[in-house]
Amino acid sequence: MITLDQVKTGERFRVVGFSETNPALVARLREIGFAEEDEVELLYTGPLARRPLCFRLNRTMIALRLDEAIAIEVESWT
Amino acid sequence: MNALRLALVGAPNCGKSTLFNGLTGGRAKAANYPGVTVETRSGHFTTPAGRPIDLMDLPGIYGLNAQSADERVALEVLQGRMAGKEKPQGLIVLIDAALLRTHLHTVLQFQSLGYPMVVVLNMFDLAERDGMQIDVAKLEASLGVPVIPTVSTRKAGREAFLRRLDAEIEKWAEIEPVAQDTQTLRQTQQAARKMAAEAILFEPPMNRITRGIDQVVMHPLAGPLVLLTILFLMFQAVYSWAEPFMEAIEAGAAHIGAFVGASVTLPWLHDLLVDGVIAGVGSVLVFLPQIIILFIFILSLEASGYMARAAVMMDELMLRVGLNGRAFIPLLSSFACAIPGIMAARSIDSERDRLTTILVAPLMTCSARLPVYTLIIGAFIPPETIGLFNQQGLVLFGLYIAGIFSAIIIAFVLKRTATRGSSQTLILELPTYKLPTPRDFFLNLWMRIWAFLKRAGTIILSTSVVLWFLARYPTSATSLKESYAGMIGSWLEKVLAPIGFNLEISIALVPGMAAREVAVGALGTVYAVQGGEENTAGLADVLQSAWSMPTALAFLAWYVFAPQCFATLATARRETNSWRWTAFMFGYLFSLAYIMAGLTYHLASALGL
Repeated sequence: MITLDQVKTGERFRVVGFSETNPALVARLREIGFAEEDEVELLYTGPLARRPLCFRLNRTMIALRLDEAIAIEVESWT
Repeated sequence: MNALRLALVGAPNCGKSTLFNGLTGGRAKAANYPGVTVETRSGHFTTPAGRPIDLMDLPGIYGLNAQSADERVALEVLQGRMAGKEKPQGLIVLIDAALLRTHLHTVLQFQSLGYPMVVVLNMFDLAERDGMQIDVAKLEASLGVPVIPTVSTRKAGREAFLRRLDAEIEKWAEIEPVAQDTQTLRQTQQAARKMAAEAILFEPPMNRITRGIDQVVMHPLAGPLVLLTILFLMFQAVYSWAEPFMEAIEAGAAHIGAFVGASVTLPWLHDLLVDGVIAGVGSVLVFLPQIIILFIFILSLEASGYMARAAVMMDELMLRVGLNGRAFIPLLSSFACAIPGIMAARSIDSERDRLTTILVAPLMTCSARLPVYTLIIGAFIPPETIGLFNQQGLVLFGLYIAGIFSAIIIAFVLKRTATRGSSQTLILELPTYKLPTPRDFFLNLWMRIWAFLKRAGTIILSTSVVLWFLARYPTSATSLKESYAGMIGSWLEKVLAPIGFNLEISIALVPGMAAREVAVGALGTVYAVQGGEENTAGLADVLQSAWSMPTALAFLAWYVFAPQCFATLATARRETNSWRWTAFMFGYLFSLAYIMAGLTYHLASALGL
């Protein structure tokens, strides 16, 4: 298991859980659509210091900062 | 029959406002609620069966865990906690059909509020075109509420929706909503994912066109270039495309002035109409074409889905100077006018970041500064070329850059002092690219134009008339100094003389408080140039002989900072809901204006300019 800030582009991952440290952030991530078993993939990174990160979540695109992506735990899709 | 109160709710970007405009015919009233920092729109329509409906359009929310100011307003209305606003009697919950899997839990969350509701699977045509197959009946059965697939941009789609709505809302007025026990967000999500999995027969990969465009637009190298090109094009368009229209308006105002001048013989009325009303209001109306072009660009960028991408690209840069990526959009709008910019800051969910954005928004060079800059640059900067660049153009560009850099520095300082300590988030959904809906587009554009015209017709009209009166009376006055305006101005001159400002400037700055562009007309009046700002070439000549170069440069520096706009201050007051922050903004901007104008004046004098 790794956190979403560590993934490379072009690989598919499955959301397996969320960090317990910041419940408000997790609530926010869940509301915008992240949930267990969802498919995520890193699509693009920002022009400066490769931040922020743009993910595909199922069929939608969501941009996260590094410290937001860190709260999402994923595993390789296959 | 009493109108039934319904509210449109759903995630951002699922087409609520389009449906709202389609149903109400766009006859939306923007309502301000005192003490509350946000507008909700309400409108009225009648269903085919003849039921009157009061419809509220709420800011987009993903659920009941609101964070930003606009989200909180939506939630307060839904929970009946909004003062002066009655609770809705039922909900129309929208969801983008293409995003059913990811967004269905928002529907379940709204359901837990206990309102009677219908669910609209919006943009059903686009989802189908992508290859999405949804078993609507199945979804309806598992949700237990009507699910209506609709295309809200089309008339036929809205009519089919209304027929279904009519059948459903018959008893809604009698239902008292009972909120259900809330499950945890995780439980809600799991239930929603299960329903979605059962209802979705086939789900294609992401929209191909959007992926294709983003390969370029979100590319780490090409992306910023695209953004810069768009911004460059926008400013070019504002200056060059607007010119013929501006000349036509100027000529029109001159014609009207001449016509009125010839037909009104009563001397004081003649002066009032020609020098006060037509010259004053005309000098401001001239900028309408520039404002329209700027808003055409900004609204297209917003409607197409590009703005969110620009915000993402700018996020890291903005973060480093102490702002939020989402502040990019409000600050970009502020180049047109700080008022929509300050209002757009509502979408920033961190209160402190929102405050910082509001405080620096007036530093973006708004379109009202253009007349001032153009006048002074035209009079004092020779139109010579340095290399490839026109010297006048360079100075104008420099003034824009001065504003941007000051904003960056001030945001940086504020974040470490006054507005310190915020948890910042980005978490932004990037919408699928769409062509703007013409109806929404022109409605929004018209709202901006109307706001501008209203301002010209009220604030600028009244200040023009008042200044004209103050500068002309008492009748015993033989010079400007003895007029009422002169008396006020000479008091102010004592303060402004150290930074190189003379009596005429001091006088012009007083009505110039109402709006920046008024100062041009005011200078015209106080210098008693025939036709005032109608004939800026004439005024420019007068200024050239009356002002020294250091004074002119100091005046430009003053206008980079000075908060000479009551409407902006009033908006800042309403949006921050704080007199203290408004006073702070006013104070820091005036101090900067005074210091920078003084520095410019003395530096230029020392250099012998």
